[in-house]
Amino acid sequence: MNTSTAHSFHFKPYNVGRWVIWGGFALLLIVAPQVFRSGLSLTLLSQMGYMVIICLSYNLLLGQGGMLSFGHAVYTGLGAFFAVHAMNLASSGSLPLPLPLIPLVGGLAGLGVAALLGYPSTKKAGTPFAMITLGVGELVFAMSLMFPEFFGGEGGVSANRVYDTRLFGIGFGPATQVYYLIAFYTFVCTAAMFAFTRTPLGRMLNAVRDNPERVEFVGYDTQRVRYLAFMISGFFAGIGGAFVAINFEIVTAETVSAIRSGGYLLFTFLGGATFFFGPIIGAVLLVMSSVLLSEITPAWQIYLGFVFLFMVMYAPGGVASLIMMNLRVAAFGKLGRLWTSYLALGGAGAVLLAALSLVVEIVYHLQLDSSGDGSVKFFGVMLNVSSVDVWVGIALVVATALGLFEFVRRSFLHEWGEAQTEIEKEIKRREAAL
Amino acid sequence: MASGQPPAVELRGVCKRFGKTEIIRGVNLSVAAGERVAIIGPNGAGKSTLFNLISGRFGPSSGEILLHGRPIQGMKPYEINRAGLSRSFQVSNLFGRLSVFENIRCALLWAMGHRYEFWKFLAGLREVNERTDEVLAMIKLDRKRDHLAMNLTYAEQRALEVGITIAGGSSVILLDEPTAGMSKSETNRFVQLIREVTVGKTLLTVEHDMGVVFGLADRIAVLVYGEVLAFDTPEAVRANARVQEAYLGSVLAESQAAGAQA
Repeated sequence: MNTSTAHSFHFKPYNVGRWVIWGGFALLLIVAPQVFRSGLSLTLLSQMGYMVIICLSYNLLLGQGGMLSFGHAVYTGLGAFFAVHAMNLASSGSLPLPLPLIPLVGGLAGLGVAALLGYPSTKKAGTPFAMITLGVGELVFAMSLMFPEFFGGEGGVSANRVYDTRLFGIGFGPATQVYYLIAFYTFVCTAAMFAFTRTPLGRMLNAVRDNPERVEFVGYDTQRVRYLAFMISGFFAGIGGAFVAINFEIVTAETVSAIRSGGYLLFTFLGGATFFFGPIIGAVLLVMSSVLLSEITPAWQIYLGFVFLFMVMYAPGGVASLIMMNLRVAAFGKLGRLWTSYLALGGAGAVLLAALSLVVEIVYHLQLDSSGDGSVKFFGVMLNVSSVDVWVGIALVVATALGLFEFVRRSFLHEWGEAQTEIEKEIKRREAAL
Repeated sequence: MASGQPPAVELRGVCKRFGKTEIIRGVNLSVAAGERVAIIGPNGAGKSTLFNLISGRFGPSSGEILLHGRPIQGMKPYEINRAGLSRSFQVSNLFGRLSVFENIRCALLWAMGHRYEFWKFLAGLREVNERTDEVLAMIKLDRKRDHLAMNLTYAEQRALEVGITIAGGSSVILLDEPTAGMSKSETNRFVQLIREVTVGKTLLTVEHDMGVVFGLADRIAVLVYGEVLAFDTPEAVRANARVQEAYLGSVLAESQAAGAQA
């Protein structure tokens, strides 16, 4: 092994896998509105598109840089406000800017604001960083109420996106045209952010995440690394925010609120911060849950809370890491023996979900329906919740479901652990054979 | 050494206090370029603190520290590193979730002039990537190239720790107990490795293993209670009565006892 290591030759094949993935992503963006043709699905797809940009920009901080920001909506939101004002200036004729360039206004605004507010924020890492971003977020939200000229007060700022049809007769009136504008930016921004992770600064950002102290001893100013990454993140956040303005043609103060920031954090985490593509899944989940889940039940945020808790406890790598772990198991041909465990886990999970939703729905209905006859309809069954029997029954059901789930979870964990041990052995064996 | 050339590292009356406790009490030390110096002393003598002062982890309370004749006291670690000094840590201080290859590459980027670039792909930096592979071959981790740093064995992590330290080509290398926690055979191999990778460099090392110290160092500095008790060739230090009394006597007795047991 000691020979010819100094000038080892690295064969770089034409990376087929990467072309397939990026080609597939582009195709998906192009074809999706043809497959899902309803107006609702176009709305969903448009929102998913720019949420992908926003969640990826957030993960530049969280996943790539280990910076837990509680104020990302500041950069998306101010991007949205600058974009909406730019649209109004453009439609009044005082700014010659076609709509497809408005997202860049948002991006530059995000960049500028991040350059300004990011400086004090990135002076510190860890908990102080998180606290500063929280404070900055509150500050900007408070300002939104103080300066109605810019933030539009209670009603927000509205605009009309159809102000210029000279570009091949495309006026961006129909939602389809807006979707394709979003899809274009989604693809370009995703590619750009992926490219960033493969640059010297992108890699040093990972190093700062893993071990800031050591970074200082290999020549880098960690604060500078964080600051530059923060500005780049702000730029993409602003682009994503501009599409809020373009898509809804109205921007309210809620866009810069801590609730929005929390949403970006929550769904980036759910999607998976440890993998580049995790936030894309997170963005899809964000739109699905805020639009579709809220249709099914008014208590959707409680369910979201449960899911978040569950993920933090059992799958802190998010959906993306669940996918990647299972792909690894599948690659070693061990997924077949796990399927019974998965079935049991799914069954127990469904029972637990049903039991929990029983409690949530009953409590929620009791709060809302003050008609007072104490009866609640759940899955077509009338329950008289004023009687003690029903509550004892519910408590029993929930306890049983919890016990069942915990039992199944443990046996699954055992099976999973065994499969992992076998895979480790296999890897060791292959290495030794090398 | 040409007489006109300033020492690689020079300490003049360096003191360090934490609160009211004085850890380093007026250390004077001058290390010529290309010299290998071992710093020994009992636990709590301030050896690691001295390294932290030189490398910029803390600033000294008073006194001067010069690198190639330039004062560096109070400068940030990255400024001192850019000026040509690199250090390792007693407890491995790696980029755990990055691969072995990435760990070394991160240690090279600044030194090879890539700074905060985000408009170039790492894959396209041919010189950096070739140098990274060279360093991996030097520290004999080329077969572990794509493993995460946190998954390496203890001895491999120590090797990577030294690899990160020497990768950037700094002329002054500080190694803080590089062989701590290693077995006898691992230590022997590792000392050989250190010798290889620090050819032509100024080396300062903190070390407990007297075999390593006497085999590696041109001169030995004995640090006791924050003061340099002796700074001389290994033979002279071994013969020094004060050193015998303060430190070496007990250490030598201990290592002889350990040898007798084994």
